[in-house]
Amino acid sequence: MPQTLFDKIWNAHHVADTAAEAALIAIDRVFLHERTGAAALGRMAEMGRTVRDPARVFAVMDHIVDTRLGRGDGTLVKGGQAFITETRAACEAAGITLFDVNDRDQGIVHVISPELGVVLPGCTLVAPDSHTCTQGAFGALAWGIGSSEAEHAMATGTLRLARPGSMRVTFDKVLAAGVTAKDMALHLIAAHGAGGGAGHAVEFAGNGVLALDMEARMALCNMATEFGAMAGFVAPDATAFAYLSGRRYAPEDFDAPYWQTLHSDEGARFDAEIRIDASDIRPMVSWGTSPEQAIPIDGVVPEGPAKVHDYIALPPGARIAGTPVDVAFIGSCTNARISDLRRAAALLEGRSIAPSIRTAMVVPGSMAVKRQAEAEGLDRIFTQAGFEWRMSGCSLCFYAGGEGFAPGSRTISSTNRNFEGRQGPGIRTHIASPETVAASALAGCIADPRKYAR
Amino acid sequence: MNAPFPQPLTSIAAPLIVDNVDTDTIIPSREIRSTGREGLADGLFAPWRYSDADLRTENPDFVLNRSEHRGASILLGGANFGCGSSREHAVWALREWGIRCVIAESFAPIFHGNCIRNGIVPIALGRADVESLANARVMVDLKAREVNALDMVLPFTLDTEAHLMLTHGLDAIDLTMTQAEAIEGWLATDRIARPWIYLVAAISPRGAGL
Ligand code: SF4
Repeated sequence: MPQTLFDKIWNAHHVADTAAEAALIAIDRVFLHERTGAAALGRMAEMGRTVRDPARVFAVMDHIVDTRLGRGDGTLVKGGQAFITETRAACEAAGITLFDVNDRDQGIVHVISPELGVVLPGCTLVAPDSHTCTQGAFGALAWGIGSSEAEHAMATGTLRLARPGSMRVTFDKVLAAGVTAKDMALHLIAAHGAGGGAGHAVEFAGNGVLALDMEARMALCNMATEFGAMAGFVAPDATAFAYLSGRRYAPEDFDAPYWQTLHSDEGARFDAEIRIDASDIRPMVSWGTSPEQAIPIDGVVPEGPAKVHDYIALPPGARIAGTPVDVAFIGSCTNARISDLRRAAALLEGRSIAPSIRTAMVVPGSMAVKRQAEAEGLDRIFTQAGFEWRMSGCSLCFYAGGEGFAPGSRTISSTNRNFEGRQGPGIRTHIASPETVAASALAGCIADPRKYAR
Repeated sequence: MNAPFPQPLTSIAAPLIVDNVDTDTIIPSREIRSTGREGLADGLFAPWRYSDADLRTENPDFVLNRSEHRGASILLGGANFGCGSSREHAVWALREWGIRCVIAESFAPIFHGNCIRNGIVPIALGRADVESLANARVMVDLKAREVNALDMVLPFTLDTEAHLMLTHGLDAIDLTMTQAEAIEGWLATDRIARPWIYLVAAISPRGAGL
């Protein structure tokens, strides 16, 4: 019988059935970060449990670390330092490989895992972080879990899971110029809802997806959790194997016949299917407080819940383009990789941000991205345009109570969540692609990046 | 280890029937001040519960601040409840506050799993049914998988695994370790089938040649 890629990975990791209708699924990789990792490791120690195979567990300091130059363990987050020091001590005690605050490989968990070749096609990878689905771009089954499940995965090498449904989202045709994977994700979520993928592992397929480079595929898979899906993934092809070959924890080559089996068979049945014409997609921007509240850049704000209009201070019928913004933020595991920075810099080169912008910031997704960008001179383009240039971390993708934007700010942000308060109390967040952030910084208001393309 | 679920659970149902309630709202990151699981109830729903979160000035309009809902152990929600960040702190905060059951139109998957591991029953019902329970005295019968209120009996589904874990307060790790032999067997086969998964132990984290 023809199988989906999800079926193949699930079946290959099926250890046993449980007494109930769940299955024990083997977990190949666990990745921790300091915000949730310390809790999981601390609790294991308390319960007298050990990490079964520490070599296959990795950890990084990314969430609440300082991103200003010359950083150490100090963080502006109140009580935050304990998360850093306790995670370090717990990793050391358990024998877990840690990419520490000032390690040259430090970066946002979902950026460094592929950079180092920790995630591999066909593997199962979990992390107590919802955007773990990003790593599905490599044909892995990668998903976010809670701290208790992370303990379970580390203690037993497995998780107890009810089998999710399988969904295929096919993007036919290819994107128009100036439109990105972020716009694809926002288009999908706006059309089918923030719960549209609920109960499913989602395979992204079609020419529109295969035409994307690996970094764009990661941006698309990153948003699978905002679509309510358990996981999002793309079948690995030559592009994926070329990206991973020779990376530190990855095989030298992907010549073995196994690697050619990682795709959905012709005629495989999915529980749900969605088809989208990628050539129809325009640059997207969110108008409300859920990623499903997103519209094309030339659209008008629709009628939504009164509470949302109040919070975001935009009435129904308002044109989204032209809305003044105070902050421009380029960062996060969605859109802070080298290609994102290159595209944003291409718009900004030789130009300056509008004087009304109070804060403009670029936070590279990893220290490797930062070094690469500096080697290409992108940092100078950003700083000359008026952006701050930071060390890597999650930074103001989310607000942990330390550094913040001015109260009441409206931000245009390359991140993944526009929730109420996500970037700070009262902050109004509009999520969009890095080029839309760059164009808006130049204009001082939400702007169509295609108007600034050269 | 969790205590077994109270049989039956009876409480007034506090309505927070809004779609896409995210875990940043249930417990903002800035309210997570220690690496443990305790001390979180104070920050529960901080952005909505307090008109000034720093001064802890209560917003009298927020559902959990109304006198009739203070001791509620059943919370009602809309679609995609608990979306966003995977932080289990959201569930720990709800549990510490006293919530033992969330009845909503639908749940985000990570939040749903976190509930089951922490003794909170997540029940999905149709929107109209959820709305009809607002402010009612509700009885949750986990054994029969039924919600009883007013003169209604609303059956709900919960997979057997979740049902067992909640009813008996079972620890998932202990349960899995009863199948340790199966895990060993699987690993022995897989080490041969996919050796690259296990080669990591031999690789220096500092990266050769860097
Ligand atoms: S960058 Fe943002 S979304 Fe990504 S892992 Fe960090 S906090 Fe989460």
